[in-house]
Amino acid sequence: MSLALGVRILERTLRLRRLAVLLGFFQALIPATTDARAQLRVGDPLPPLGDFALEGDLAAAPTAGRVVVLDFWASWCAPCKASFPMLGALQREWGGEGVTVLGVSVDEKKSAYEAFLSRLQPSFATVRDAQQRLVKRVRVPKMPTTYLIDRKGVVRFVHEGFQGESTERALRAHVRQLLDEAR
Amino acid sequence: MKSSPTLLRTVLVLAALGTSGCTAVQPWERATLSSYPMRPDRDPLAQAMSEHIYFSREASTGGRSVGGSGCGCN
Repeated sequence: MSLALGVRILERTLRLRRLAVLLGFFQALIPATTDARAQLRVGDPLPPLGDFALEGDLAAAPTAGRVVVLDFWASWCAPCKASFPMLGALQREWGGEGVTVLGVSVDEKKSAYEAFLSRLQPSFATVRDAQQRLVKRVRVPKMPTTYLIDRKGVVRFVHEGFQGESTERALRAHVRQLLDEAR
Repeated sequence: MKSSPTLLRTVLVLAALGTSGCTAVQPWERATLSSYPMRPDRDPLAQAMSEHIYFSREASTGGRSVGGSGCGCN
């Protein structure tokens, strides 16, 4: 009698466990689909940067009527560090033609952000998304990710990751295209 | 009092939904994963020991190291 009861309890537990595993699996899929909907894509307008409580001087990086190179980086991301000289060169060479390079750090630790900046001394403006509000809105697919925004404030190109010269070539060609369009 | 199977099932389903540990770590949330303590080769002694065990077991060595930590960048 007690054996039969034990078997019944075991059977029921196994059935329920299977159900729980299935539910857990489907729940894991939910964030992925939500992310895909929320991600900033080509053709989308850039959300107003002033709405995200970014730490730093946004006025140093004027965006209105300019081609904006918006780069998401972090101090713990090696490819981000590798991309800094290229971004600095873009700002120096084409800043006068209407290009603004703005780096947005997703560092949660302010000390890590400041130490990184004091080491690299970038020649473009950077701000810190301390509460990660902007990056959660944009939902970058990789670190780093660079968005190219035209003079009308629309995202035109998205560069995921940094692969050295090939990324630099593509980025320069796209920035050049956006500058030429505006003429 | 006998609890109904439907009620039990509902409670278990809600518990499964609420306690699931499955979540996707987003690219911007990987600071901890990329920190030094997360590196598999952070302890040279443990690394040497692990290599020794591997060599003794497999009669081969090398080709196991992958650089970096859990940043998952690029």
